[in-house]
Amino acid sequence: MFRLTAWLFAIAAGNLAGLAVSGMAQAASMGMDDARHFLSRTGFGGTLGEIVELSRYSRQEAVERALSGPGGGAATATATSRRPITGAAVTPPPAWVSGPFVSPRGLRDDPEARRELQQQEARRGFELRGWWLAEMLATPQPLQERMTLFWHNHFTSSQQKVRFSQLMYRQNQLLRRHALGNFAELLHAVSKDPAMIVYLDAATNRRGQPNENFAREVMELFTLGEGHYGEADVREAARAFTGWSIDPDSGEYRWRPFMHDGGAKTVLGRSGDFDGGAVLDILLAQPRTAQFIVAKLWREFVSPAPDAAEVRRIAGRFRDSRYDIRTALRELLLAPAFWAAENRGTLIKSPAELVVGTLHQFDVSYGDPLPFTLLMASLGQNLFSPPNVRGWPGGEAWITSASLLGRKQFLERLFRGQEVAGRGDGGRPPENQLTASRDMPGAAFADMPADRARAEFKGVPGLGRLGAQARERIAQALTDIRFDAHGWLAQFQPGDVDAMRRVLLPLESAATLKAGGEGRELIRQLVLDPAYQLK
Amino acid sequence: MIVTRRRFLQSAAAAALAAARPDLVFAAAGERSRNLLILVELKGGNDGLNTVVPYADPLYTQLRPRIAIARDQVLQLDPRSGLHPALAPLAPLWQAGELAVVQGLGYPAPNFSHFRSIEIWETASRADEYLPDGWLARAFAAAPAPAGHIADGVIIGSPEMGPLAGAARAVALSSPGQFLRQARLASTAGPRQNAALSHILKVESGVVQAAAGLSAGLSPDSPALRTEFPAGPFGNAGRAAAQVLASKAGVAAIRLTLNGFDTHQNQAGVHAALLKQLGEGLASLKSALVELGRWDSTLVMTYAEFGRRAAENNSRGTDHGTANAHFVLGGRVRGGLYGEPPHLDQLEGGNLAHAVDFRSLYATALQRWWGMDSAAALRGRFAPLELLRA
Repeated sequence: MFRLTAWLFAIAAGNLAGLAVSGMAQAASMGMDDARHFLSRTGFGGTLGEIVELSRYSRQEAVERALSGPGGGAATATATSRRPITGAAVTPPPAWVSGPFVSPRGLRDDPEARRELQQQEARRGFELRGWWLAEMLATPQPLQERMTLFWHNHFTSSQQKVRFSQLMYRQNQLLRRHALGNFAELLHAVSKDPAMIVYLDAATNRRGQPNENFAREVMELFTLGEGHYGEADVREAARAFTGWSIDPDSGEYRWRPFMHDGGAKTVLGRSGDFDGGAVLDILLAQPRTAQFIVAKLWREFVSPAPDAAEVRRIAGRFRDSRYDIRTALRELLLAPAFWAAENRGTLIKSPAELVVGTLHQFDVSYGDPLPFTLLMASLGQNLFSPPNVRGWPGGEAWITSASLLGRKQFLERLFRGQEVAGRGDGGRPPENQLTASRDMPGAAFADMPADRARAEFKGVPGLGRLGAQARERIAQALTDIRFDAHGWLAQFQPGDVDAMRRVLLPLESAATLKAGGEGRELIRQLVLDPAYQLK
Repeated sequence: MIVTRRRFLQSAAAAALAAARPDLVFAAAGERSRNLLILVELKGGNDGLNTVVPYADPLYTQLRPRIAIARDQVLQLDPRSGLHPALAPLAPLWQAGELAVVQGLGYPAPNFSHFRSIEIWETASRADEYLPDGWLARAFAAAPAPAGHIADGVIIGSPEMGPLAGAARAVALSSPGQFLRQARLASTAGPRQNAALSHILKVESGVVQAAAGLSAGLSPDSPALRTEFPAGPFGNAGRAAAQVLASKAGVAAIRLTLNGFDTHQNQAGVHAALLKQLGEGLASLKSALVELGRWDSTLVMTYAEFGRRAAENNSRGTDHGTANAHFVLGGRVRGGLYGEPPHLDQLEGGNLAHAVDFRSLYATALQRWWGMDSAAALRGRFAPLELLRA
């Protein structure tokens, strides 16, 4: 157990000797504040142990470790010599992901079976969200997970339209496989991904009856951005994408040559008998595409306001590397702007970062993830169901009066001091147990009459379909949430507010801490500080 | 007093603005309260054809052999249209000439997704554009509600800010009491070190301000409302709205939500129960507003993401559709039928064509009710409906 004090920060921050591990001292250790910043920006926040561990490395080493996995060693290794990240999740998925694909086609005349299928899909949707949340917590590769989420929000598809959890799972597998891989390969692969084909109506795009949905979004949202193509380009590209479809019986991609428009097309000034793949290559050849992606990565990792010159520079490297995502991230994470003091604490945590980050940083244990996936949905981020093809707008849009109070209420309930006196176990305070308090989102659902529960949770599509046992599940899940406040606090010198603040907040606390706070009350004050919403 | 050039320019500009838009004077410093707008979201997509029933059209019963409302059940409004019988609580409003029915509301190139179409309605966008802010948020950005108001708008009974998304001063609550308990977690302290933190603190101080206004008005000895609200979520939301208004805390807009209108299966019973809640809830709301002396300064409007398909489906329900009928009510509403009755013989892919752009409804609220220019908030000119008394 680390016992951290302010002097440790001071030593680690300016460290040249004190904590340096032999063989790692050739590059300056970054220190605690940099380590905290790096972990909060590239993962789901750091525990004290993780921060101390990372603080001994240089910034460059930290970036390489994040890009290539914790087994990658230190200063001598280069990116290319590292063992590759496969992207495979460490959390076992629900068993049904590899089960047979049930086509709704056979059920057309059987409303009862169709209803059952819908209920099953709603249940599976919640299981999928719980699985991903568990993976975000369990992953040894937080950056890989953050990038999977980034691509989910870039190449959006929603369960609400796709309706098949198996297809959503397969898309997630595809995104995680390529999350730190190659953007060109990812674009080609996701364009033929069955969930994407359903989501953007590609299967209804046929010779003579074009559906421009995919062709428009691939330019506007996936590659070029608005204003860098014309309506004629969309129309012509849509013709090139005709014939891309899915097999309704297997849910796999299927090429339907008889639906393809084989004639000549002109897209962005180039003409030929293009198919869809050729159009994607034309989009990838535009310098604008790399700039568009790098600017979006900048807003995800660096600051809300991309620096145009830096974006051009990094986009150039990205393009020269033939869209190697690690190359772009390396440039971005080593850019002076990433580390600049004025950019710290300038990004608002997403609900995923807030919820997963809090569970991770405080080592909160739980049984059933359902209350947390519901919480994330009520805070505006229902995994696998972004609001529309633009994805979650993010940034300041995360914070409304309702979501801010929802965030604070979650934190307040989680850390509310419940002193339960008289359990003689050697003076150790009881674990701070979250019992089914009425104000946790899930608890509210479990307690409410059915009609009111449906009304309260209408922002969470499909919850009604979970049926009556959902309430029991939630009630049970809430009693299984544990936070060991004693153990967490024992990492710090008693009352060392400054050290705790530097682990939890990216800025000086925005509110003034009340004097005399200690223990859980102190934790509560820190997490309720507005700065805790920032990273 | 020496009139500086700057001051002169300011007042000249203000005068020019006032001359061009005489009704804009309301937003001057002296404005103490603004007319109230209450929006009622019929979430899930209310079935307009079984709400305002074209009972005289033989195609209606042909398209809906199993779920059509029988002619002798309909509350007749005119020789062609009538209300679903569960809306009987609205009959006194119709007779008093305080209920307008607008038929054929919609927009070009309709979208059939709940999420996307409600976004189009709430951001007042075209079908092919994505706007970040709600239409009321844009209106309040141009003309903020008076400083004495506790908030620009209050969302009741839904976490989604909808038309108020992005508004500077908007709060969501399910009841004033619950909001006041939660609001204790908010504070206004702290330096604003960057834009993100400023935003959080701005939202937080909006919560604190609304809570302060509410708690000041909700003194335990203030007289309780005599109006009874029906049981159920919509009645609760209506009661919460009345409590907010009874606190004397000024508010310019309130959005209530009644959920459950996505009636794909066995529609008849569910829909009747929902319309009963709606009718009773709106009648209670009127009663409470009359009690509070606010009925003549309140305009209530319903909206939804879409109407439903003209023909019933195989499950005795209806699927997502397009154009829809909506209600506008208030003490200064000129009751009657507006827009276009549904043309069941001119369906487009099984759906009703729209006759009135939904943004005309919004233009009515902005221009006629609040006396502000609507072009900026609606990003274009839409003719207001002339359904208000002078």
